[in-house]
Amino acid sequence: MSLKKLLTATLAFFAMQLAEAGVAIEHWVTPSGARVYFVASRVLPMLDVQVDFAAGSMFDPADKSGLAALTRAVLDLGAGSRDESDIAEQLADLGATLAGGADTDRASISLRTLSALDKRSEALDVLRAVLQEPRFDDAVVVREQARTIASLKDAATRPDAIAGKAFWAAMYPKHPYGRQATPESVATLSREDLLAFHARYYNAANATITLVGDLSRAEAEAVAESLAAGLPQGEAAVLPAPPQKVRGKVTKIAHPASQAHVYIGLPAVERGNPDYFPLLVGNYTLGGGGFVSRLMQEVREKRGYAYSVYSYFSPLRQAGPFQIGLQTKGSQAREATRLARDVLEGFLKVGPSEDELVAAKANLTGSFPLRLDSNKKLLDNVAALGFYGLPLDYLEQYQAKVQAVTVDQVKQAFFRHVKPVDLMTVTVAGE
Amino acid sequence: MQQLLPFLLAPWLLTAAHANPFETTLQNGLRIIVKEDHRAPTAVQMVWYRVGSIDEVDGASGVAHVLEHMMFKGTPSVGPGEFNKRVAAAGGKDNAFTSRDYTAYFQQVPKEKLADVMQLEADRMRHLNVDAREFAQEIKVVMEERRMRTDDAPEAKLFEQMNAVAFQAHPYRRPVIGWMSDLEQMSAADARAWYDTWYVPNNAYVVISGDVEHAEVFALAEQYYGSLEGRDLPRRKSQIEPQQEGERRITVKAPAELPVLIMGYKAPVLRDVEKESEPYALEMLASVLDGHDAARFNKKLVREDKVALEIGIEYEATARGPGMFYFSGTPSEGHTVADLEAAIRAEIARVQKDGIGEAELKRALAQLVASQVYKLDSMFGQAMEIGQTESAGIPYQQIERMLDKLQKVTAAEVQAVARKYFTDDRLTVGSLDPQPLASKPRRAAVATRH
Repeated sequence: MSLKKLLTATLAFFAMQLAEAGVAIEHWVTPSGARVYFVASRVLPMLDVQVDFAAGSMFDPADKSGLAALTRAVLDLGAGSRDESDIAEQLADLGATLAGGADTDRASISLRTLSALDKRSEALDVLRAVLQEPRFDDAVVVREQARTIASLKDAATRPDAIAGKAFWAAMYPKHPYGRQATPESVATLSREDLLAFHARYYNAANATITLVGDLSRAEAEAVAESLAAGLPQGEAAVLPAPPQKVRGKVTKIAHPASQAHVYIGLPAVERGNPDYFPLLVGNYTLGGGGFVSRLMQEVREKRGYAYSVYSYFSPLRQAGPFQIGLQTKGSQAREATRLARDVLEGFLKVGPSEDELVAAKANLTGSFPLRLDSNKKLLDNVAALGFYGLPLDYLEQYQAKVQAVTVDQVKQAFFRHVKPVDLMTVTVAGE
Repeated sequence: MQQLLPFLLAPWLLTAAHANPFETTLQNGLRIIVKEDHRAPTAVQMVWYRVGSIDEVDGASGVAHVLEHMMFKGTPSVGPGEFNKRVAAAGGKDNAFTSRDYTAYFQQVPKEKLADVMQLEADRMRHLNVDAREFAQEIKVVMEERRMRTDDAPEAKLFEQMNAVAFQAHPYRRPVIGWMSDLEQMSAADARAWYDTWYVPNNAYVVISGDVEHAEVFALAEQYYGSLEGRDLPRRKSQIEPQQEGERRITVKAPAELPVLIMGYKAPVLRDVEKESEPYALEMLASVLDGHDAARFNKKLVREDKVALEIGIEYEATARGPGMFYFSGTPSEGHTVADLEAAIRAEIARVQKDGIGEAELKRALAQLVASQVYKLDSMFGQAMEIGQTESAGIPYQQIERMLDKLQKVTAAEVQAVARKYFTDDRLTVGSLDPQPLASKPRRAAVATRH
């Protein structure tokens, strides 16, 4: 009997569990202070664990851009009695994987393992070691530093990466979100810097633990406790002053690519802002709804200016960007950019039509089950909810909140957060 | 296997699920494959056409992909752009993809909307409008797509040109997105002819997975797809790539900081699941060299010798056309592509001379076993697996047999395929020679030969 048939059989037996149960998130705090979020999903014999720390690049010291990312990169390359090869080999033998990375806000480490007790105990041992006794071996730090510098140098030749960096720098001139790792800044980092950053931010007070998979509540409690117990209690990260709005400007950077890369946007809202739902629903019509959005209709469908054109809000711990992006051949960059701005300004004046609002709500509420139909998607959603401290019933309330949005709320929310005079425009293109 | 997952062994569970996936064939030749998965109240429909860039001819490269774009431009009963609108209104997501071997369309929807998207796909299977004005706009979009994905993407450009050298007679030498000059000269009539020739139910199959009952899906399929008429397909001429007799090399210059190396060896693909063994051995070799963080390449070339910044292997064991086993990587600072090529060759020679260890094989097997569990987490992934396997002419029922065969690969078989296929006469080497942006100093020039 093959493995596949056995697994198929298991599926049939447990059929309907996930669907009937909905998303029941259980939440508690470990004695050491880590917040835990747990969703039992017992259909498949697997377990996903993610640990998030408020240890993203926004906490890089001003003269040490890239420190958060390098700290995270080296974190799981050697821990306790295991060097990096031991970790890699042990996980490979178990069929388990460690993943994760650092963004502006978070440093994440996630483990996927089979849930059979012998497998998961060993895999969790590795994760525990990585969380509690990372080695930051000097040779590994030096090597990863060199790899980081090389990829930063390479990114500095890519039009999209150049445009992205310039865009964030323009939006956040005096806030850590606008500071970027450079080959030079990464070159100054030392092992001591990594140790100090780790000691400050990788602690229980600064951690959320998310578990999704084939565990009972009691087992989940034991797992979370064993991961959190050895973490120093520590102190939660202290946020910098929120980003200030600045007057919009246009930045042009020369590049020999055949296409111009264009970004338009500004700092908009933080996670948990009550305007988020009106902005989300409104943006569906503007540039979030794929082919049915106005930007796609005008820029791509009617004129063939671009393959990809979109807009979105990306709420972060502090005001994250509202962003429009497109790529178009250099000779028509000006028209395409003008057009995208016209579409935006037209939308800001009148908001979505009633029909557009209905269509936006139909898609955003109707597609909601698709956001949660795998353990991986559950993990992503629940980990974000936990990390940002959103209400536990956030997912349950999502569809109702979308439904409640009115045209007027959309207009007012955009008026508050997207002022044309503050828009930054960055174009990377041929002369 | 059985010690691994002992709780799965309850024999009374086996009979009911045995038939899943379920399959039926309509009168017009359209096959419907249903994989029931009741974890969440969603469903995926994928319609696969057995036509891709492999079926194109010179001067019309890219037409398979252009037609994929035109499939969203309306029918007599569904206006231009209306397809997307209806899927969106149903709370769905949809898209399509074109490869060398196939063109496929999919929708992910809440399960109660499955019938709606089946009706939509059935409609455009035979009733597409290929309007000249819509075409004139859309071909511009495709050219922008080419600029974005290939012309301004150095690795993609290298890969494109490297394949154009590795294959001379076989259609795999042409890029799926098409050469720019072919796109510039393509007309609505070309797209129309493509549609009329290949988009018929007997050249397609539908894969549906999710929280559905197969009998209901079969009834819906009959209702919507059943009336479409089948038609004979043109004879597909097999175009055999002449045997390569000597190494081939190509250099591509593009704005970049880091060089890139691709080495491709012509290698077999699976035509007969039972009779052949070499493709399985090549897959296990790929896993031993590059399947996980502890695999040889990452351990030796990235971590220990630090000759590579990154390195990877691509090998697809199933395809309609000829196979290639690709090595690709970026040398680290202070190393050239020649250094990296020498290091990869040394690793290949090590397998050829000393073989691989039982522990390495066991580790590759552990990866395989775990991945069979993890793949069940994605409904979309399961439908993809069925669709792709079928696209290469291998029945999905043989997927588990292929997994069995993979697990039986021996270290000796791995060594034998390494010896047989990794020879200079089967090799094409492509390297990206990075060019500085204006005003920036350029990195040391690339040596051409080790």
